[in-house]
Amino acid sequence: MSLTADEVKKIAFLARLSIQEENIQTYADNLSGILDLVAQMDAVDTDSVTPMAHPQDVSQRLRADVVTETNQREKFQQNSPAIEDGLFLVPKVIE
Amino acid sequence: MHNKSLTELSAALASGDLSSVELTHYFLDRIDQYDGDINSFVTVTSEQALAMAKQADEQIAAGQAGKLTGIPIGQKDIFCTEGVRTACGSKMLDNFIAPYNATVIDKLGAAGMPMLGKLNMDEFAMGSSNETSFYGAVKNPWDLDRIPGGSSGGSAAAVAARLTPVATATDTGGSIRQPASMCGLTGIKPTYGRVSRWGMIAFASSLDQAGVLARSAEDCALVLGEMAGFDEKDSTSVDRDVPDYTADLAEPLKGLKVGLPKEYFGEGLDSAVEKNIQDAIEEYKKLGAEMVEISLPNTHLAIPAYYVIAPAECSSNLSRFDGVRYGYRCEDPKDLTDMYERSRGEAFGSEVKNRIMIGAYTLSAGYYDAYYLKAQKIRRLISDDFKAAFEKVDVIMGPTSPVTAFKLGEKKDDPVSMYLSDIYTIALNLAGLPGMSIPAGQVEGLPVGLQIIGNYFEESKLLNVAHQFQQATDWHTQSPADYQ
Amino acid sequence: MAWETVIGLEIHAQLSTQSKLFSGAPIAYGAEPNTQACAVDLALPGVLPVLNEEAVRMAVKFGLALDAIVPSRSVFARKNYFYPDLPQGYQISQFDLPVVDKGYLDITLENGETKRVGVTRAHLEQDAGKSLHEDYQGQTGIDLNRAGTPLIEIVSEPEMSNAKEAVAYMKKIHALVQYLEICDGNMAEGSFRCDANVSVRPVGQEEFGTRAEIKNLNSFRFVERAINFEVERQIDLIEAGGSVVQETRLYDPDKHETRSMRSKEEANDYRYFPCPDLLPVDISDEFLEEVRKTLPELPDAKKQRFMDELGLSEKDASELSASRAIAEYFEEVAKGSGEAKLSANWVMGELSAQLNREDKGIEDSPVSAEMLTVLIQRISDNTISGKIAKDIFVDMWTGEGDVDSIIDKKGLKQITDTGAIESMIQEVIDNNPNQVEQFRAGKEKLIGFFVGQVMKASKGKANPAQVNEILMKLLKG
Repeated sequence: MSLTADEVKKIAFLARLSIQEENIQTYADNLSGILDLVAQMDAVDTDSVTPMAHPQDVSQRLRADVVTETNQREKFQQNSPAIEDGLFLVPKVIE
Repeated sequence: MHNKSLTELSAALASGDLSSVELTHYFLDRIDQYDGDINSFVTVTSEQALAMAKQADEQIAAGQAGKLTGIPIGQKDIFCTEGVRTACGSKMLDNFIAPYNATVIDKLGAAGMPMLGKLNMDEFAMGSSNETSFYGAVKNPWDLDRIPGGSSGGSAAAVAARLTPVATATDTGGSIRQPASMCGLTGIKPTYGRVSRWGMIAFASSLDQAGVLARSAEDCALVLGEMAGFDEKDSTSVDRDVPDYTADLAEPLKGLKVGLPKEYFGEGLDSAVEKNIQDAIEEYKKLGAEMVEISLPNTHLAIPAYYVIAPAECSSNLSRFDGVRYGYRCEDPKDLTDMYERSRGEAFGSEVKNRIMIGAYTLSAGYYDAYYLKAQKIRRLISDDFKAAFEKVDVIMGPTSPVTAFKLGEKKDDPVSMYLSDIYTIALNLAGLPGMSIPAGQVEGLPVGLQIIGNYFEESKLLNVAHQFQQATDWHTQSPADYQ
Repeated sequence: MAWETVIGLEIHAQLSTQSKLFSGAPIAYGAEPNTQACAVDLALPGVLPVLNEEAVRMAVKFGLALDAIVPSRSVFARKNYFYPDLPQGYQISQFDLPVVDKGYLDITLENGETKRVGVTRAHLEQDAGKSLHEDYQGQTGIDLNRAGTPLIEIVSEPEMSNAKEAVAYMKKIHALVQYLEICDGNMAEGSFRCDANVSVRPVGQEEFGTRAEIKNLNSFRFVERAINFEVERQIDLIEAGGSVVQETRLYDPDKHETRSMRSKEEANDYRYFPCPDLLPVDISDEFLEEVRKTLPELPDAKKQRFMDELGLSEKDASELSASRAIAEYFEEVAKGSGEAKLSANWVMGELSAQLNREDKGIEDSPVSAEMLTVLIQRISDNTISGKIAKDIFVDMWTGEGDVDSIIDKKGLKQITDTGAIESMIQEVIDNNPNQVEQFRAGKEKLIGFFVGQVMKASKGKANPAQVNEILMKLLKG
């Protein structure tokens, strides 16, 4: 399996990663190599196998509907790159 | 002092021969003296450590001490520590002061263990050599030209160089066991769900599990006992009592059935490493263990399945790093998309990008069944292999890594060859089983690790099996020449 | 060419839990920005979700009310996309295995016929935060208080064929979630909103046309207008030789049109996969039965009972059962007063007119069910006339007191003393000899004149039935 530069660009956009033009080929090679490694799975017939999403076959525990959290805005926003009036600021969102 | 076991340190603290403040100073001094070369700590929290040590001394004086009260510990920088930078090896979080504590940090704090600092690691735990860290590679104390293993390379190097008595670590595909092997340490990755993941920055949520890097099975048992336990904040945490992991250490191994998977002794395994493993197996026979050849027929599929599942989960888990609420934001974004792309593009290293992109690709429309669903089915086959094996044997043994520590830079630019070094460790994470690596020999002065795999929640058995070997051999007491 | 419209709705209803779907933060509306967004809601590194039991219970309750399949196992999945109001970079939702599977809803069409609309599924998911587009130096502000609020998304089959049907369906779901007390139904605050999938095809064509999805419709009127606009737009487009593009569109209520949302188009590869932080949710038979026991009487059952027990017409029963609050108010008045029909008229007449005028919900009515009950009792026991009752109702509405104190204070009590009425009538007869003569000569329609005179003399308080009876007796002499 070999990914083209265009495919890499598409994936990079899907994952919102800027990639320098000169590095695209390296990524294409890396990703293609990983996909080749992964392709070994194709040789196995898994039609009758149930997929396994979790190591343990247990079910979700449910939490009582109780408010346990208090306002910690100030503390949480100490790490924030841009704040005004308690809002996180981002470049203008166009709908 | 720095070669004393946790039990010995505990006794010294209890008798009053030693104070926690003295002990903490001692290790802080060693970090100061030696870590310049090794680069195992990314943040040293001297003040906080000494304050905790002082408190521990008060508890000891008041007769309120637990077994580990006053013994310092290093924390992998993947665990959120309130008020202390938690960067996870990434430029993305270089400015991130965690506003809360991971459950592991709270528990070890409650056990009275002063935190010496935060330990270097591969970026977001993605790596097997600790070369992907934003804070630079960690050097192996056994040979500074070599890698310590990864992703818990900082934890391993710090314990190996005796810069901390013990350290926390995490393991998604071998990140505790492989560095333990390469640095001559004892490491345990418990059963998935045994230790809370709350506050542990996620790489691949269904595979990540926290554990311990230490110098002996006994030390591992003591610390794991404090870390483990149910946590209502983690839905995948298992509600099950934590046994006293030291209780069964002394059990004799007579009649122990040990499975030796033929797939773990084939092509790719360095012959000198294999020789050491065979010697260790002989040692176990002397201890009364019975060897059984077994087969784990889908072993060769573990890496392929892992490199679909782990990247898929990571690509989604790392989407939160978007420059909006915390973490790195690029300069002067021209619009929203530019902010996302450049913040992430500039702050993530290339290995993290490889994995995010593989994950995004394999989950994308049209590929899901061929990759992700297929990998989940393979995961089932691998897990079933182990289930069948554990009907016949008590534990499984083999090499932890096919090779000893390799040279810095040797595999850095070839991700696939790097991935292959985790061939024996990855399957356990897919199955969720507990595993250990213990020192079992050396090749040209570099440590070799023996991997011991147990059935679900049989950490006590694993620790017992490891401890008995360590009672009969002294590989685990050996330390790198420059740090003795 | 004749065209046919196909509409499917995705309704989002915020669940009235105390805390969020996966965190212990409160969900109250209108708090200061980001003061109700905890570590989990902000998607800080290392945080994990734990599922709110009440949200599951509410979703199951909804499923049971729709007579839908509630599977024994459901699974949460991640829907991955980047948006600043989505802190995790993915929404935890459900994909393959929703908590509620196939069900249906019967709606009443304008012509009185009933139509059954299939409900494909209903699943639990997290709400996003809000983007505030006021100008912060050319930037957008993000408030994450709403992030993580539990929603059920209710997906219909594409089985509605015009805007009115869509509105009828949406209204019925709206009533149902309030009946079940799982959603406050507040559309202005966004607790109940809808996306409409609209396509057109030539009559007789079997395959669907290309659809457009109109996002975030938060009033019944907007749904109707947006669909009508969109249908017309699509037909015009096709008839002019163009073709409909599959896309997300936004309804602009000011311009009364839909427009393409370019921002949403780029990110349509959601890369769903099971959320590894959460385990499958198992619904036991015991849990199901426990929830079933909490189901209230549902609108259709209530309507039937109003007809059978209280003798209401289908139209009245239907109108009065549409909202649980109104139905309960009505039933209290009807039972308390023993006058079902009269109570129905008052609730649908004076009361709902006043509520509409002041844009109030029945729960905010200044005239309580208890007050209206007494008012109707005073009509039926002849203390007051229906006409005076209307004046008293207005007085109660403006807070002048209860029925009896207003009657007392204003002296509105009906005159039922035969002697008093007789003397009033005698006076009217004495003062109008001409009319009396004409009446007695056979001009019987003059009775209205006499009644009017008597009522005027009594200031409207004389009992009309008695006035009639005594007038006839005295006039006919």
